[in-house]
Amino acid sequence: MSLTADQIRQVAHLARLELKPEMTDAYARQLSNIMAMVGQLSNADTANVSPMAHPLDMHQRLRLDAVTAPNLREAFQAIAPATENGLYLVPKVIE
Amino acid sequence: MHKLSIKQLSEGLRAKQFSSRELTQFYLERISRYEPSLNSLITTTAERALAQADAADAAIAAGNAGPLTGVPLIQKDIFCTRGVRTSCASKMLDRFIAPYDATIVEKLDAAGMPMLGKANMDEFAMGSSNETSWYGAVKNPWDLERVPGGSSGGSVAAVAAGLAPVATATDTGGSIRQPAALTNLTGIKPTYGRVSRYGMIAFASSLDQAGVVARSAEDAAVVLQAMSGFDPRDSTSVDRPVEDYVATLDRPIKGLRIGLPKEYFADGLAPSSRQRIEQAIEVFKTLGATFTEVSLPNSPLSVPTYYVVAPAEASSNLSRFDGVRYGHRSESARTLEEIYKRSRGEGFGAEVQRRIMIGTYVLSHGYYDAYYLQAQKVRRLIFDDFKRAFESCDLLLGPTATDVAFKLGTNVDDPVAMYLNDIYTIAANLAGIPAMSLSCGFVDGLPVGMQLMGNFFDEARMLNAAHQYQQATDFHRQLPKGFE
Repeated sequence: MSLTADQIRQVAHLARLELKPEMTDAYARQLSNIMAMVGQLSNADTANVSPMAHPLDMHQRLRLDAVTAPNLREAFQAIAPATENGLYLVPKVIE
Repeated sequence: MHKLSIKQLSEGLRAKQFSSRELTQFYLERISRYEPSLNSLITTTAERALAQADAADAAIAAGNAGPLTGVPLIQKDIFCTRGVRTSCASKMLDRFIAPYDATIVEKLDAAGMPMLGKANMDEFAMGSSNETSWYGAVKNPWDLERVPGGSSGGSVAAVAAGLAPVATATDTGGSIRQPAALTNLTGIKPTYGRVSRYGMIAFASSLDQAGVVARSAEDAAVVLQAMSGFDPRDSTSVDRPVEDYVATLDRPIKGLRIGLPKEYFADGLAPSSRQRIEQAIEVFKTLGATFTEVSLPNSPLSVPTYYVVAPAEASSNLSRFDGVRYGHRSESARTLEEIYKRSRGEGFGAEVQRRIMIGTYVLSHGYYDAYYLQAQKVRRLIFDDFKRAFESCDLLLGPTATDVAFKLGTNVDDPVAMYLNDIYTIAANLAGIPAMSLSCGFVDGLPVGMQLMGNFFDEARMLNAAHQYQQATDFHRQLPKGFE
């Protein structure tokens, strides 16, 4: 499994990562090596094996439908890059 | 004082031989003296520690002291600490002041442990050498030209150098055990779900588990006891009583059945490390343990499985860092998309970016079945291997790492070589079982660790075996030269 610089740019776009242009080739080489190592998985016989997503066989717990969390908006917004009137600010999205 | 066990420190505090303020001051002085050569801390919290020490002294005077009251600790910088920078060793969170405490921070604060500081680590806990930290590499106190292991490299370097009696740590693929092995410490990763993950910055949610690094199994037991337990704020926390890890330490281990996974002793393990582990097996035999060879046939697939599952979960978890609500925001971004892309491009280091891209790739359309689904199936095979092994054994024993600590810079440009450091530790995370590392000797003055793995929720049995071994040996009491 080999990844090209173009594939790296596409994956980086999907992950919303702006890569330094000079890193693209190194990433392509490193990720190709990693995917080659991962490729060993295809040799495993997994017919009739059910996938395991999680080590514990547990179900989502339910709780009473009551308000328990305190309102921490001010504390949370105090660490935001930009806020105004209790809202998070980003550049205009819709003209 | 830094050579005393937690039990001895606790007795000294109660007997008024020294106060918690004096003890805390003592460690803070060691930190200012030795820290420049180690880089084990990202933030030192002297004021907070001394205020907690004064409260501990008041509790001791009032007769309200528990076993940890007044004993200082260091928190890995992956745990949110209210009012204190919580960076996860990333530029992304360099200026992030956590608005709340992690559950284990609450618990250990409530136990009366002054927090000396926040430990350096690999960025977002991604690494096996502590070289991916945005705050620079951590040095191994046993040889300052070598790595302390990772990702909990700061936690182990600090404890090994006697800058704190104990530190918290986390383990997603070996990040407690491998660094503990490389620095002569005892490190335990409990069963998945035993310790709350609330307020612990997520890397791979089905693998992450918090634990502790200490200078002995006895010290680890008492701190793990205080950290463990059900937490309704963590949806994967297990609602089950915590065993008394301390009370069972002194049990004889005669008749303990220990399995030796043959795959863990195959080529790849340094002969000198193998020899130390074989000597440890002889010690366990004199204590009455019996040994059988077992097979974990799918263990060679644990590294490839992990490097699909962990990056997949990481790419999802780290999508929260968007430059909008908290963390780094690029100053040059003019559109929303640029805020996302540039903030993440500038805020994440190379290893984090690699893992986000691997995760994005293996989860993308057309590749999901071949990689992610196949990895989840192989994960089941690895889990079943352990299930079979524990039908005939109480514990498994093997190496923690392939060799002693390597030199700084050895693997930085070769991710696959770096990933293979965790070949013996990853399987326990994939299965969810508890595992620990403890020292079993030295090669050319560098520590060698051995690993014990237990069945689900068998922490007490593991700690008991480790403690009995440490009663018969004194490797764990050795301190690195220059830090005595």
